[in-house]
Parts: sequence; C-alpha cells; structure tokens
Amino acid sequence: MYVAVKGGERAIDNAHAWLAEERRGDAAVPELAVAQIREQMTLAVNRVMAEGSLYDPDLAALAIKQARGDLIEAIFLIRAYRTTLPRLGASEPVETGAMRCDRRISATFKDVPGGQVLGPTFDYTHRLLDFALAAEGEVPEAATAAPDPAPKPRITGLLDRDGLIETEPASDETPPDLTREPLGFPAGRALRLQALTRSDEGFALGMAYSTQRGYGRNHPFVGELRLGRVGVEVEIPELGFAVEIAEIELTECETVNQFAGSKTEPPQFTRGYGLVFGQSERKAISMALVDRALRWEDLGEDFTGAPAQDAEFVISHGDNIQASGFLEHIKLPHYVDFQSELELVRRIRAEAAASAAEREAAE
Amino acid sequence: MDVQALSGGFADTPREAAQAFRAALTAMARPGRIEDVAGARPPAPLSVAAGTLLLVLADPATPVHLAGPLDRPEIRDWLRFHTGAPLSDRAGAVFAVGRWADLLPLDAYSLGTPDYPDRSATLIVEMDALDATGARLTGPGIETSHGLSLPEISAFRANRARFPLGLDFFFTAGVRLAALPRSTHVEAV
Amino acid sequence: MTQAEIRGEAPGADYTFAYLDEQTKRMIRRALLKALAVPGYQVPFASREMPMPYGWGTGGVQVSAAVLTPEDTLKVIDQGADDTTNAVSIRKFFQKTAGIAVTEHTGEATVIQTRHRIPEAPLTEGQILVYQVPIPEPLRFLEPRETETRRMHALEEYGLMHVKLYEDIARHGEIATAYAYPVKIEGRYVMDPSPIPKFDNPKLRMAAIQLFGAGREQRIYALPPYTEVVSLDFEDHPFVPGKAEGACALCGSETSYLDEVIVDDRGGRMFVCSDTDYCAGRRAAGYRGEMAAEEGGA
Repeated sequence: MYVAVKGGERAIDNAHAWLAEERRGDAAVPELAVAQIREQMTLAVNRVMAEGSLYDPDLAALAIKQARGDLIEAIFLIRAYRTTLPRLGASEPVETGAMRCDRRISATFKDVPGGQVLGPTFDYTHRLLDFALAAEGEVPEAATAAPDPAPKPRITGLLDRDGLIETEPASDETPPDLTREPLGFPAGRALRLQALTRSDEGFALGMAYSTQRGYGRNHPFVGELRLGRVGVEVEIPELGFAVEIAEIELTECETVNQFAGSKTEPPQFTRGYGLVFGQSERKAISMALVDRALRWEDLGEDFTGAPAQDAEFVISHGDNIQASGFLEHIKLPHYVDFQSELELVRRIRAEAAASAAEREAAE
Repeated sequence: MDVQALSGGFADTPREAAQAFRAALTAMARPGRIEDVAGARPPAPLSVAAGTLLLVLADPATPVHLAGPLDRPEIRDWLRFHTGAPLSDRAGAVFAVGRWADLLPLDAYSLGTPDYPDRSATLIVEMDALDATGARLTGPGIETSHGLSLPEISAFRANRARFPLGLDFFFTAGVRLAALPRSTHVEAV
Repeated sequence: MTQAEIRGEAPGADYTFAYLDEQTKRMIRRALLKALAVPGYQVPFASREMPMPYGWGTGGVQVSAAVLTPEDTLKVIDQGADDTTNAVSIRKFFQKTAGIAVTEHTGEATVIQTRHRIPEAPLTEGQILVYQVPIPEPLRFLEPRETETRRMHALEEYGLMHVKLYEDIARHGEIATAYAYPVKIEGRYVMDPSPIPKFDNPKLRMAAIQLFGAGREQRIYALPPYTEVVSLDFEDHPFVPGKAEGACALCGSETSYLDEVIVDDRGGRMFVCSDTDYCAGRRAAGYRGEMAAEEGGA
C-alpha cells in the first residue's frame, strides 16, 4: 500500500522553528544586538543598503541578523520591505562635489586641490590576522584633526575646464526607475547606472575585472575616489525651496579613460562613473569600469563581443535577488516535467533499439 | 474644486476595485458579455460604469482624454482628485472616454507598435443602452458567437484588420459594461 | 503615522487586501487587459519584489493578487498537487493577506494558481487559471537576446523555432520537447504554455480564463476562453501528447497524467495521478487502483 507524502504545512512550520533556533546559535553566547551589527559590521551593512536600494543602516543591520549573515538573503529582505514603502517624494540630485570627505584620493595626480585624504581604508594594512581582536579589548583612539575646510573640487572638473575630458551635459530630466517600469532595451545610461549600483558586488567586480584583462578594455585611471557624507534635499512645494532632510554616506568613483577623437575632433579623455551607498569602494570602482565599457556605442567604439560591453547581458544578469531566486528555484519539485522527459527518453531509446535490431536482422 | 470632486470615489478601495476589475477582466476576456459594476459616483454625465473603470485603471501613469462634453471642470476635478491621471489629447491618451461621435476619429489614438502592441489606447464608449443584439462577434473569448449593440460595424472591422495593433474598447451604460478587444471579428447581422 | 495610514488603509490592517498596493495592482490590471486583447503576446510589466524568491511564483502571485476578490475561493497546486510545500506556502500567503477561502477541490475554486500542470477535470466558465511562468519567451533558448526575440515576434518570424523542431526529428525521430511545448495562438503569436507537460497542451483551449505571470522576466500574457491554441508540429510528424503507460495505482485512472514513484532499490516502481484532487475524487467515488487501500483503510 502506498500513501503519498502529506504534511507540507507542518514541515514548513517546523523548518521555520528550527531555522530560528539555528540563527540564534549557542544560547550561552550573548545575542548580537542590531546596534552592534550596525556599528561593527558596517561594510556588510553598507552592501545590504546598496544592493537593497534602501538607505537605512538599522534595517540593514536587522536584515543581516535575521539572515544569519547571508548578505544576499539580507538584501532580499530589504528589497521586499522597500517595495511596500510609499513614495512620498523625490529628492534633489545630491551634490557629491560638496561631499564632506572622509577619504578622497586621485590616482591621476600626485597632489590635487583640497589634498589627498587616505581615510579609513584597508589599503595599506598588512593582511595579518589580528589575534588581539579575539580577546575583547578597546582599540586605542585614532588621532584626530580639525576638519579641513578647503573645498575639494572634482578632479574631472579640473580636466573638463581645460577641455581634456568629455563634457557631461547637465540634465534636469527625471531618470527612469527600473523598480517601477519594466526594463526595456536599449537601456540609456541613467538606467544602466541604476542597474549597476544595485547589482551584485561580485558580479560587478567580475565584469570590471574582465575589462582589465582585455574583454572590452578601456584603460581606466581612478581620476578620483571619494567617500563621505552629503546632504539630501527635498523641495517642499508649500515652502518653495528645498530643505535638507537627511545626510547619507556615499562612495563615488570617477574614472578617466582612454581618449576618443578623430581628425576633426581633438582627442579627449572619457569617463566612467560609479556611485554607491555607504563605503563600498570595490563596488564603486567596478561600477565605473563597467559603465565605461557599456558606453562603447555612445563613444563610437567597436563592439568587440566582450560581455562587459553587452548592456542586455550585464543588466539582465547582475541582480543577485533575481539570479539567486531563479537559480535556487530548481530545488523546487520538477517531477512532472522530469517524468515527461523520462517518457520521451525511454521511447526514443526503445525506438532506437528496435531499429537497430531490425537492421541486424536484415543484414 | 468643489465638494463634488472629493466625493464619489470608492469607500473601500482594495475590495471595490477588485470586484470592479473582475467584471472588467471578465468582459475583456469574453467579448460581448455584459457585466455590472458599482462603486464610483462620478459627476454627470459620466456613467457609474465609466467612472468605475477609471477609478480601477487610471492613475498618474495613464493620461486620460475626456471627449466632447465630458471635458468639463467637475469631471476634470473628479478624475484628478480620485486617480491623479493627467488629462491628454487623443494622441497621448492611454484611456479615452466619451460618446462614440465625440471619440472619433479613431486614427488619432495610439495603436501600439509592432514591438509593443500593448502600448495602445483603450476607449471607454458611453452608450445609452447595452444589449446582446446587433453586431455578431466571434474570436478569442467567444465559444461560438455573441451579439452586442455596437455603435457601428466598419470601424471595428478596420480595427481588427490591423491586429496585433489596434484599440481596445469598453462600452458603458449606467452600471453595465461590455468590452471589445482588437482580436474580435465583427460582422453586421 | 503608520505605513498603513499613509497608504490610506484602516489602522491596524497589517496588509492591504491581497498584499499589493493599489497602484501596483492597477499597473498589473492594465497589463492583464492588454494581454487578453492580444492573446499570446507577452506584455511587459513592472514586476514588484515580492516577499518570496524570484522563480518561486512571484509572477503568478502578482497576477493572482491583482485578480482576487474577497468572494473568491483559491486553489494552489504545484506539480498538480495541493500539498507540495510551495503550493502550501503560496496558499498560506493569500489566506493571510487576502483572508479568502481556499480549497483543494478543483470544482470549488474560482481562481486556481498552478505551477507545471493543468488540472485533469475540465475547468468551467466561472474559473480563472493563473500560471507561474519561469521563462515566458518561447524563443529564448534559440535566441537569448530580448531585442532579437521581440523583433521576431513583431515580424512573425518563427522560422528558427521550426528549424529547431525539425532538427529534433532528424536527430531523434521525433520532436524532443516533452514540456513547455510551444504553441501558436490564433495563428499569430508563438507562446510558451509554461512548463506543463505536453500532455496538457490539448487542454489549453478551455472555458476558463488563463493568465500567465512571469515575475522575474516581467511579462504577463493571457488566453481568453476558447482561444485557438495549436501545438507546433509538422504534417508528417503531428503533435502527440504523451504520458506514462499504465494506470494510477491508487485510483486506477488510465487517462490522467501519472507521476512515477520509485518504491524500492530493485527497480520497483508505481504510477500515481499527478493531480491529487482528481485522484482523491475518483477514490471517493469508489474507483480503486491495484495498490489502493481497501475500503475504510488509509
């Protein structure tokens, strides 16, 4: 006698209870507070905000806790929450030129107006495990200095003044929003940049790296990388002017790339652009390289078949929530389809065996 | 904006809109079938059915063309307050509403493109009455054939001839509505 | 001010009816009407991020959420079964967010959301069948580029599909597609019926409204009742809906689609109906297969 498997509902409830227990881990170890994640796992929080497309460090920290540290799962939680939020307005464009920089470096000039600021970076740490961190202890306070009031003009702005880099015309056009309109191709640069800033960091990194290795190479220099806080302003119609409603941390990368030009047009450097929530340097640089690779058509370059040049390929595959959902859905039962293939393969094999036997008999 | 503009919407939007949409969906899936809807109390002369369709379907993303005498302040205000839909000429309209003669000519509306035939206008035609007699309809959604009191024949035949491009129609009278998608073949009886 | 208040809902309501906000529902509803007006054409829609993963029915769930009314009775099946975990999960989602009645009986349901099957019992005029679709583009595995496939549909250029099917015949002696078998709608659009076994293809012309939702791929398409649906084939190789030979071990049905169940490690196997409600209905009516429990048993 056979009874089909039942009890899907109870299995799900039990799985959820078990999952909650696993998330908590050994109850003898103190539980993580959301504030601890927010303050001490900041770069994870930043990544969740960037790819979740929602600037809220507390919610991102909560999502990381709930997701047991699985950042893609945490990004998913934030995305699903974000989509339920009402849209009460749109901000003015943020002025990254007026950023209060914690870090600001240029690879194209030895020194720049406003100065190079190394800031809180892993760059020159020796990657040696610090066993002192295993013992709980306070870190010595870092040296402080008064904020440098000198303006930090954009490096690309300096090049632009001399006509050495392509001019990026200002626009007041409302950019498209791929979370509200279905994605269509060809996709303009604003839409591509939105897709890139939300894209999976690993995917963006891989794509950018491929351009460096020759798949759509575009000779990038980091013209400037800046990290810091900018004000977010919203125009209040009743007041007739914009008020600052918040301050957010951003990483911006502007690359200066191989020049374009012709007999009639003198050569000029070109641009790649990356802008990401929080301190997300790897992502911002990757984004700028991929942005530049995707601009081949606008700049009259050849399509060499490189994946990073292919906007449909990049945009369609960079979203880790789409990708991981579809990848993992193959865990779901597919036995009906498998059964239909099983029948097909059996029949074709039987027919092949029969005709082989026929041939043999005829010989 | 007078008080009338602020009233006449759904009392319980999620539920009423769901019920009215089901009627619209059924009508579009079964061309010629007449459904009843309720919920909107728009300013005259807009019918309950046409007003309800607009509440269910129109919003700031869908320019609406008010044809002929419907283009009056109290209807404009009502539409803007309840849906946020911008007003539009025929060419830019996602929805157009009015009596048949006021909606013409049909070639002024967007028919969609070969790549995106869905980007075409939907016309809401206000009628004095609706019944299952008159033109003979066949095609998707219809098992054998269905009758519907259409305002004319040839315009709908010409519309069908452009398939997959074309306009889609709702017909409204009082609380009743029926639909005629571009896929339906229309013949005079 | 709570979120619910900002959205204009009654205070205390955790979710708006059927989860989606009204603006999203309007956008999906408009897409559904255009999909019905151009049967088989894939309408792009701004699919929302749902609280379940892409690939797990987000398209079907959004379509169901846009068509459900408080009076509906919902049935959810995956692989034909009401009790598979993802079907249970989606049914629970709508019970929680829409407070609607649910059923496992095909005949009692007004809206049926399905993954990979069409129920065995013929659907009726009052019903809506909502399909979860992973890859809505029937040409996708022949041409990965959306820009290209869109042009092919616009120009009704389906030669590539026929070449593929013909190559199957040359290599295997028959068309080697067992599920998601492509169909042509009213002589115009080639459509993916979602990954249903080709056994179900003949049922695609039916009395109920069929709606297809692909969340990740942002597409909605539809078949109005009685729409002409032709499975692609060749005169000398006509379409044949296939299924496992044999009868259901529980209810004895010889005409329903069967799942193969491996019962031991010595090659033993049995077949049971994939449509669990259909099978239960037959058993309730007294039909017995060879491995069914006796009357009064489990």
